[in-house]
Amino acid sequence: MELTFPEKPFHSHGGAHVPHRKNTAQMESAVMPPPAQVMIPMQQHLGAPCVPTVKVGDLVQVGQKIADSTAFVSAPIHASVSGKVSAVKQVMLSGGQYVDALVIDSDGEMTVSPEVKPPEVNTKEDFIQAVRESGLVGLGGAGFPAHVKLNVPEDKNIDTLIINAAECEPYITADHREAIENSWAVLSGVYAVKEMLGIDRMIIAVENNKPDVIETLNKIAYDDKRDPENHVRVLPLQASYPQGAEKVLIKSCTDREVPMGKLPADVGCVVMNITSVAFLADYLKTGMPLVKKRVTIDGSAVQYPKNVIVPIGTPIEEVIRFCGGYKVPPKKILMGGPMMGIAITDDSLPIIKQNNGIICLDEKEARSLEPTACIRCGRCVSGCPMRLVPTMLEKYAEKKMVEELQEYSIMDCMECGTCAYNCPAGRPLVQAIRLGKALIRNAGGKK
Amino acid sequence: MDTKLIVSSSPHLKSGATTQKIMLDVIIALVPAAIASCFIFGLQALLLILTCVVSCVLCEFLSRKVMKRDNTILDLSAVVTGLLLAFNLPVTISPVIAVFGSVVAIVVVKQMFGGIGQNFVNPALTARIVLMASFPAKMSNWVVPFWYRSAHPDAVTTASPLGLLKQGAADQIPSHLDMLLGARAGCLGETCAVALILGGIYLVARKVISPVIPLCYLGTVSVFSLLAGRDVILDLLSGGLLLGAIFMATDYTTSPIHFKGRIVFAVGCGILTMLIRMFGSLPEGVSFSIIIMNILVPLIERVTRPRPFGVKKEKKEGAQG
Repeated sequence: MELTFPEKPFHSHGGAHVPHRKNTAQMESAVMPPPAQVMIPMQQHLGAPCVPTVKVGDLVQVGQKIADSTAFVSAPIHASVSGKVSAVKQVMLSGGQYVDALVIDSDGEMTVSPEVKPPEVNTKEDFIQAVRESGLVGLGGAGFPAHVKLNVPEDKNIDTLIINAAECEPYITADHREAIENSWAVLSGVYAVKEMLGIDRMIIAVENNKPDVIETLNKIAYDDKRDPENHVRVLPLQASYPQGAEKVLIKSCTDREVPMGKLPADVGCVVMNITSVAFLADYLKTGMPLVKKRVTIDGSAVQYPKNVIVPIGTPIEEVIRFCGGYKVPPKKILMGGPMMGIAITDDSLPIIKQNNGIICLDEKEARSLEPTACIRCGRCVSGCPMRLVPTMLEKYAEKKMVEELQEYSIMDCMECGTCAYNCPAGRPLVQAIRLGKALIRNAGGKK
Repeated sequence: MDTKLIVSSSPHLKSGATTQKIMLDVIIALVPAAIASCFIFGLQALLLILTCVVSCVLCEFLSRKVMKRDNTILDLSAVVTGLLLAFNLPVTISPVIAVFGSVVAIVVVKQMFGGIGQNFVNPALTARIVLMASFPAKMSNWVVPFWYRSAHPDAVTTASPLGLLKQGAADQIPSHLDMLLGARAGCLGETCAVALILGGIYLVARKVISPVIPLCYLGTVSVFSLLAGRDVILDLLSGGLLLGAIFMATDYTTSPIHFKGRIVFAVGCGILTMLIRMFGSLPEGVSFSIIIMNILVPLIERVTRPRPFGVKKEKKEGAQG
């Protein structure tokens, strides 16, 4: 059957109209000068942590591989500045776990390593290897190693590549700026993936609150020289949170529902973040691995919100200083957007690969109200994109009713936060669901 | 860092909706009907409304205090209960009985089961049923509209339209226009259809209620009435149907949270209402039908749970393979 492009997005259940607050969408990204010191954690991805391949005292250059792993699900890590490895120390990641981090004292030169040269790509295997060597992980936030995602098993019939430029989190505009500032790379990246995976239908999905992105990408997608066979189309989506969540995005673009516990490949889709594909194109051209990242710095406590391109491993406080420092003392600092971002304890943590935003909130915005009793209004149910019943999940989690939690498909919750956002009683629904998931994991461990 | 940061679970952004704002919207939606009732039944209606609201709030405050729980009168739910209770009483009722109704609604039905969100039946409707059982004559002592302007205020009692229908005195039933405007005998807040519909539209527009329950409830009554060869418009406008369908059956706590469940619930209310009206010994069945369906809510929710994302697909693929 000939696949066609959807004229308009398909219906997806639930969601919320969160405020956009895309204050930095029209600002040119600023490039941050190398900091005096970077701290590069050995785990910046889902999967096995890396082991350093350099030792304290070694001199390193930009783009040089400094850590790798033999595990399949992992991604190598590269030096983001040139200088000397001065220490290995433990650093707490935003999730609360401790990992080793290499500390590099920058010499300020940003000398590029001779290792950095365009990869030779002739076969699909070469391509997957190159993607692995680039250190690319899903830049949308999940940090899933890209070479694993692109190494689709032969038996899966992939017919659609979806480029995720929905960017539904408030504040965050890193992908928005990537699309505007690096739009040609987006298309080159899309074509590189197309040729390697043999996909004929590529949908760039953008929320309709970004008309400039839609226009820019449309111009290129309709350019006969770039896309002679019309394999690439931009699909404007409803600006509704969580439009950019992988399962929701696939539903909106293809009307397919990824079954529980399955992957996008099981419904013939590969989803890649727009910054990831643009990076891929740049890497194939230059060979420079993932050593810098565009991060949206915003929130009520930041003096001059902007998008900053920072070397990976730069401490957050340095980046904030680059943005004029704190306007008022921050009360909450988020890695990521306000809907799914993680509140961190300390602004000395480094920027890592999958960071796309640092949001600093002042006292007023950081404060949350005391929860009151659930009034059963059903807003959590009507908002849930996974069609779950958050209020019941909360009650069962509180009472530690593991069987009921499983019956109510708690593991399908992606913790998008729509339920808690909508809740008029301010119930900590996502928190309760996380506890419920932990209960199930523990129960499974015992059995 | 010199300041301590707050660490909490995501999301870090809230929609701004609160229980208090929702209840305030319900109160606003009830105002047109309250004004209409004062116009139709006189100042005594206003006194009754105030009595119910004040006693409900007081009951809420005192019972929370006695049970050593936090004070919840600011969520305004007790005000809503007070208004709805008053709307379900005849204007002639003694204030003492009204206060007794408030105690039943707030203390017995609501707070003894844990307060807002925990009661399994609608407090105001349950109070009405208790009062009907305890004071049957006083609870059906109807007066003609605008009785306070009459020269002989003593001789103005009459029967409600549904009562007239039951007695076979259909010729004395007010015209459809009078029914729409509320110029008929009945409980305080149930008579003025226009005001109630206005309130309903406000609640739907403010997204406080989904129109599913009122529409399915009224739709079921219409179909049933049509099939039974009754006067559909009379059935829709009489009794406490509009008040019940718009304001009582949509009570969050005692109606299903799922879309499909709401349809089942509302259709059930409609069928029961018509069965009681046609075959019951009581002229009116809205209160009982909503209360009966309230009790069935947990069962309805169990069978109408939405299909989680991606579940059906799996089955389908299995069938194909």
